[in-house]
Amino acid sequence: MSTTAIPTNTKWWNGGRSPFNASYGKVMMWYFLMSDAFTFGAFLISYGTIRFSVNHWADPNEVFNAFPFAGHANLPLAFVSLMTFILIFSSVTMVLAVHEGHKMNRKGVEKYMILTILGGLAFLGCQAWEWTHMITGDHAVLVNGEIEKWGTTVTKNPWGPHVMHEGQMVSTPGPIAFGGYFFGITGFHGFHVFSGVIINLVMLIKTRMGHFDQRGHYEMIEKAGLYWHFVDLVWVFVFLCFYLV
Amino acid sequence: MFPDKAPVQNITDSTIKQVTQVLPAKKIKTGYRQVPVECMPGELKSKNMSSVATLQHADVHGAHDAHHEHHHHETFITKYVFSQDHKMIAKQFLITGIIWAIIGGLFSVIFRLQLGYPDSTFPWLEDLLGHWAAGGKLKPEFYYALVTMHGTILVFFVLTAGLSGTFANFLIPLQIGARDMASPFLNMLSYWFFFLASIIMFSSLFVQTGPASGGWTIYPPLSALGEASSGSIIGMDLWLVSMAMFIISSLLGGLNYITTILNMRTKGMSMTRLPLTIWALFFTAVLGVLSFPVLLSGAILLLFDRNLGTSFFLSDIVIAGKILPNEGGSAILFQHLFWFLGHPEVYIILLPAMGMSSEIISVNSRKPIFGYMAMVGSVFAIAILAFLVWAHHMFVTGLNPFLGSVFVLLTLLIAVPSAIKVFNWLTTLWRANIRFTPGMLFAIGFVSLFISGGLTGIFLGNSALDLHLHDTYFVVAHFHIVMGVASFFGMFAGVYHWFPKMFGRYLNNTMAYIHFWITIIGSYLIFWPMHYEGLAGMPRRYYDYSGWSSFNMFAGLNEFISFVSMIVFAAQLLFVFNFFYSIFKGRKVTELNPWGANTLEWTTPIRPGHGNWPGEIPEVHRGAYDYAKDGKEFIPQDVPVGEDESKH
Repeated sequence: MSTTAIPTNTKWWNGGRSPFNASYGKVMMWYFLMSDAFTFGAFLISYGTIRFSVNHWADPNEVFNAFPFAGHANLPLAFVSLMTFILIFSSVTMVLAVHEGHKMNRKGVEKYMILTILGGLAFLGCQAWEWTHMITGDHAVLVNGEIEKWGTTVTKNPWGPHVMHEGQMVSTPGPIAFGGYFFGITGFHGFHVFSGVIINLVMLIKTRMGHFDQRGHYEMIEKAGLYWHFVDLVWVFVFLCFYLV
Repeated sequence: MFPDKAPVQNITDSTIKQVTQVLPAKKIKTGYRQVPVECMPGELKSKNMSSVATLQHADVHGAHDAHHEHHHHETFITKYVFSQDHKMIAKQFLITGIIWAIIGGLFSVIFRLQLGYPDSTFPWLEDLLGHWAAGGKLKPEFYYALVTMHGTILVFFVLTAGLSGTFANFLIPLQIGARDMASPFLNMLSYWFFFLASIIMFSSLFVQTGPASGGWTIYPPLSALGEASSGSIIGMDLWLVSMAMFIISSLLGGLNYITTILNMRTKGMSMTRLPLTIWALFFTAVLGVLSFPVLLSGAILLLFDRNLGTSFFLSDIVIAGKILPNEGGSAILFQHLFWFLGHPEVYIILLPAMGMSSEIISVNSRKPIFGYMAMVGSVFAIAILAFLVWAHHMFVTGLNPFLGSVFVLLTLLIAVPSAIKVFNWLTTLWRANIRFTPGMLFAIGFVSLFISGGLTGIFLGNSALDLHLHDTYFVVAHFHIVMGVASFFGMFAGVYHWFPKMFGRYLNNTMAYIHFWITIIGSYLIFWPMHYEGLAGMPRRYYDYSGWSSFNMFAGLNEFISFVSMIVFAAQLLFVFNFFYSIFKGRKVTELNPWGANTLEWTTPIRPGHGNWPGEIPEVHRGAYDYAKDGKEFIPQDVPVGEDESKH
């Protein structure tokens, strides 16, 4: 790789070497992640601005209380907890893949990359189910004195304040911005997970073809790992903003 | 850690790596200094081989083979189209930028015709623009489209991509002593995303309903609703998609610039020995990488509002008697997202011009730059402050006055590093032995314009004054001088100064001097009067002022401004002619270092091949500004420090 041996007394920043002792690819990945953090930051700050400028916001315990095959059971945040667990677990397997890479153990890398990819796909599947459930759901909502059945979309949702109507509590139309931000931001995050799965797949294929053994190191796995952990970290913030507060 | 991971040094992709690998570790004494004129690395090796018998044959032969093989793989497509050589990519950015500058400049001439001669008709306009200028008179809708596209094109496509795309690509590897960018492939992609963005933006000029016409700041709701303006129909979608491509291009480029500067400096090139150009380009890239994504977020949300019925920026709107269902969005939110990019963008445009002017002023003053560390520190301060002042574009949006006062303070703080830079340029020029090359003239012109335009920035940064001046011609005058024309001057300075390195030929000096004098005098004649108009309250973005008796007194002045703008545009065409003519017919460069400059790019062959240095990359022993030292006119960076050499 490098042509000249570097004298040990050379200073880090004096040129002729990376001041971080890291390859250009890794440095580049870190800066890309910083940039991407600003994209997500802009989304989440916009969301916060709008959310706190309206009088009423959807209650996550009410919106996210469904679970696949559980019928109408009221299980607030149970499903999203599972999703979060899956994603965080896939980060664990990613760490293990990187670790196996350090040990130059191709089989181990393959195993953990497969698990990571499965975790990513499972998360995407969960998100697809959640979106479908929200869009196609039918919740009673009082519109102009009539009861209508609404799902949650980017243009309307049934998560407004509750009012008495003919002796029972019913929902009124909710803040329109809720749907836009929810689908917009979780969708943008889901797109990142999807890209991550594709990247991981490419890494898996390259591992199987022995590219990294030939190269003598598994640094590409490490770079893919940086991206994957970042996507995971973003989810923590998305989770916080939409489900917990 | 990886088993084989020796400290990583100057790793680049593909071919470059091969070249470095096969090069001998031992020094080739024939070095880069006595390189024969007009020779590619491959040829050089063979010539050297015969003349230097003592060289390790195997090693040199290896290097020769590597180059040889490399050149055989090079076809027209890989050399000129999908090139991964940073120098070729720089030229691609430059030429695309020049084409855009002609288009954007022409647009301003056309709308200046309307402003200067509101009662006249120009039949040839109908030939050029069709139904947009039926009867030879520009339609108001198209006037706004022209203004919008003029701003978009010049801010993003010319002064961002064309300026930092060109000079970051060209100068970073050459001045820090690297064979290419960290990732030549991503660098190539960066250009092609820019090209794609260009194609989309260009195609929007030809759609039936016209290109985007809500101003380059594309504020919603005007830009969000097709019913609001014909430019907000398909033209706006194309604008947004084009900008998304542009942001990807800028991201790929920026990541490369940052990584290359940090990771790939040659031995001895510590950060404090970097030429100021590199420092400026570094902070430019940092600004771009951190601010453009926020515009991307805003653009995505705006696209959703336009096409999916979301309410991010829309609320309580009645349009053409119809009540829109959108509720809860905020148009002001878009302005925050936009200006969080928009303000750093101003410095993305300006910093490369500052860096290049610093370098060129020092070289042609034959003096060290005054206050190198202060120059670096002030660029750093400007880069930080750039992120903290965006709301000064929004003083009249109903911003909390206390918040406004905070932004006033932060805005006026920028005057401090700016003043440091100005004084350092002036003290560099002070009692210098100035060579008035065309590049130097433009660099000095840059300083002049930066002072003139910067002073009016202090007016506008005060929220109390801004209430009166906001959206008047005073603002137009301010930012055109300080960011538009000044950055153009930096760019021209760079082109005139580095053209010999780019093409191995000189630009024609006579044409250059004509270009300079017309441009500097013309720019002041165009924009100086606009300050008076703005102070008198004349608003910007109006199609026709003749209906307002308050502004009738400016009819003659407007005509004068339009007249001068045509002359200045013609002078730019002279430059374009000079540029393309000189690429093929210009006077040939016959010496390695025609300006007597210290930086590393002048240690390469006159026409460097891919990989830049035929032998080893030179090692750096000193800063870039050892001029007029110990009785020597200049001491290049790769010259070792002599035993009896004084400290600067």
